[in-house]
Amino acid sequence: MSEMKKIKNLKEFSTSADRFEGANLLCPGCAHSIIVREVLNATNDDLVLAASTGCLEVCTAVYPYTSWDASWIHIGFENGSTAVAGAEAMYNALKTKGRLKQPDRNPKFVAFGGDGASYDIGFQWISGCMERGHNMMYVVLDNEVYANTGGQRSSSTPIGSSTTTAPAGKVSYGERKNKKDMVSIMASHQIPYSAQVAPNKWKDMVKKIQHGMAVEGPVFINAVSPCTTEWKFDPKDTMMITDLATDSLVFPLYEIIDNHELNITYRPKNVVPVEEYLAAQGRFKHLFKDQYKYLIKEWQDRVDEKWAYLQRREEARV
Amino acid sequence: MAFDKVELKDIEVWDGNFAASQALRQCQIDVVAAYPITPSTPIVEGYGNMKANNQIEGEFVMVESEHAAMSGCIGAAAAGGRVATATSSQGYALMVETLYQASGMRLPIVLNVVNRALAAPLNVNGDHSDMYLGRDSGWIQLDAYCPQDAYDLNFIAFKVAEDHDIRLPAMVHQDGFMTSHTAQGVHTLDDDTAYGFVGDFQPMNDMLDFEHPVTHGVQTEEDWHFEHKARQHNDLMTKVLPKIQTAFDDFEKISGRKYNLVEKYDMDDADVAVVCMGTSVETAREVAGEMRAKGIKAGVVGIRVVRPFPFFEIAEALKEVKAIAALDRSSPNGAPGMLFNEIAGALFNTDTKALLSGYVYGLGGRDLTKKHLVDLYTELQANVDAGKVTTQLQQFIGVRGPKLSFL
Repeated sequence: MSEMKKIKNLKEFSTSADRFEGANLLCPGCAHSIIVREVLNATNDDLVLAASTGCLEVCTAVYPYTSWDASWIHIGFENGSTAVAGAEAMYNALKTKGRLKQPDRNPKFVAFGGDGASYDIGFQWISGCMERGHNMMYVVLDNEVYANTGGQRSSSTPIGSSTTTAPAGKVSYGERKNKKDMVSIMASHQIPYSAQVAPNKWKDMVKKIQHGMAVEGPVFINAVSPCTTEWKFDPKDTMMITDLATDSLVFPLYEIIDNHELNITYRPKNVVPVEEYLAAQGRFKHLFKDQYKYLIKEWQDRVDEKWAYLQRREEARV
Repeated sequence: MAFDKVELKDIEVWDGNFAASQALRQCQIDVVAAYPITPSTPIVEGYGNMKANNQIEGEFVMVESEHAAMSGCIGAAAAGGRVATATSSQGYALMVETLYQASGMRLPIVLNVVNRALAAPLNVNGDHSDMYLGRDSGWIQLDAYCPQDAYDLNFIAFKVAEDHDIRLPAMVHQDGFMTSHTAQGVHTLDDDTAYGFVGDFQPMNDMLDFEHPVTHGVQTEEDWHFEHKARQHNDLMTKVLPKIQTAFDDFEKISGRKYNLVEKYDMDDADVAVVCMGTSVETAREVAGEMRAKGIKAGVVGIRVVRPFPFFEIAEALKEVKAIAALDRSSPNGAPGMLFNEIAGALFNTDTKALLSGYVYGLGGRDLTKKHLVDLYTELQANVDAGKVTTQLQQFIGVRGPKLSFL
């Protein structure tokens, strides 16, 4: 077993040896880079990383440069999970055969993918990896849209969000379907750990990542990743938007252990109305017209209902 | 727990699928990620059975699709070890995206392809549609005519693909059912000799070397993409065939079995020649012999290496021939067949005056009979006698209804 990295405070955390370089092409204010650094800095162990095609990939490995100071692979849009699963299988094979170059290491296998790569096109591949029990972690950088290609809807896009393929218009309020519950879907694969995280709650993030890296078997992490470009907010406001996401409970932070123990890991002292979260983002601007205001109430009801559901599950230990 | 070696008889009765499984076992693959599909399923079943009986030490990952199979192979190969899988037809088609990724990332994976038709209409039997689908994918493609070849060519494939001068993935093709499910005597290598031929895997840019982190699968646009593709093509055009020839020569030394980039049968004085692939080569050889008894100087050229295409070796093999038939077992769907085109290209700027015609045959497992080939050779001789192609340039063999011919 590898030793769990001890992190005292944010200053120490943010100055940890970086294996993800600041030299990358991500938008100013992009939450992806914050999340990736938090995940990587949660451990001192060696890493084998993958990224699906998407913002993170196109912005961090443009030949002849790389932003990665750890082994990293990109194959395609749908198969980042399986890339890491294949590498993990090779690790096991070489361990059995005594051919590892550094046999004393405890590498962690982590794949990153956007919600398009994870909720949609790569869904089957992730499901396969979770079902087969690879010792790996899959992290969704969930910005609720195909951001890399200019803001098309994904199955993570929430109701009422205006996207380029489901735009708001004279007779449309934008996306008509609510997002998939991936944390539960993945937990239902009977995996040891499935959780939702947010970059503003870095202690909660580190705890979950470290828990996920310590368990044997597949781990699924859904990380909310506010997108300055497609959610339409000022790049300086990324953390403010993330605070609104967690404090309005639109993105509740919780974990599911072995598909039966649900723990809520963050309870905001002052719950913010969902309306404030929506109002802070251009993608929901049209909801504040009279004809669509009813959707804001529906939003609040839905968030309240989910929060109540999570609390009931937590209480019942199911 | 060490794995158990297997004592093989000098000659085993194996079909092509089991021959391929045995070759994979003997090469001591580190990771096989696979998904079953007819008619290649018994390769992975056979391999799984060997794993269950402690004859294999490597990992065997049964994934949820062929796309995932090749994706897992790519991840495993980039991690640094020997990797292989098998597929056919629709599975191959599903894999195509990752075929290009594997070769572009220069990962030496071996893929056994048991050739089968492509839907629609759905069909489980052998033709070369899947093989043709991957011919621009940047892989090395070797073609087996029988179970013995399917066994031997796997060793060649690993030897060439993993060479640090090459670092390209390789396919070993065999005909669905006709080879894959037909048991024949297969001369074996003992486990130590077989493994000794392919040797220990030598990692390069391996992700599991934590002292030397590596980035695999980068982005390149108009600034660098062309250079990467050009370099890959250059290596295929200039380095691979000599390396295969060396591997064939080395293999002959341990097995006594001789393979060639282009296989020539009765070609020394041939007037008429059939060029084909897979099991058809053996049928054509038999018919060529019978045609010679009738006074027609018939010969056969078998394509052993489909990619990189042995351009000069084909031209050399056919330079003295007067009439040539190119046999394509895949519907060209709106063009002459691939072999017709490649042969025409290989001969065009040479001194040959040979007459070239194309035949499409055997789609969806339709038999190519000796009678078909007798008629075909007779047509070629008629072309020679007339000094021109007497038929249309493209004909379909063995299809029901009125004769189909074009061009």
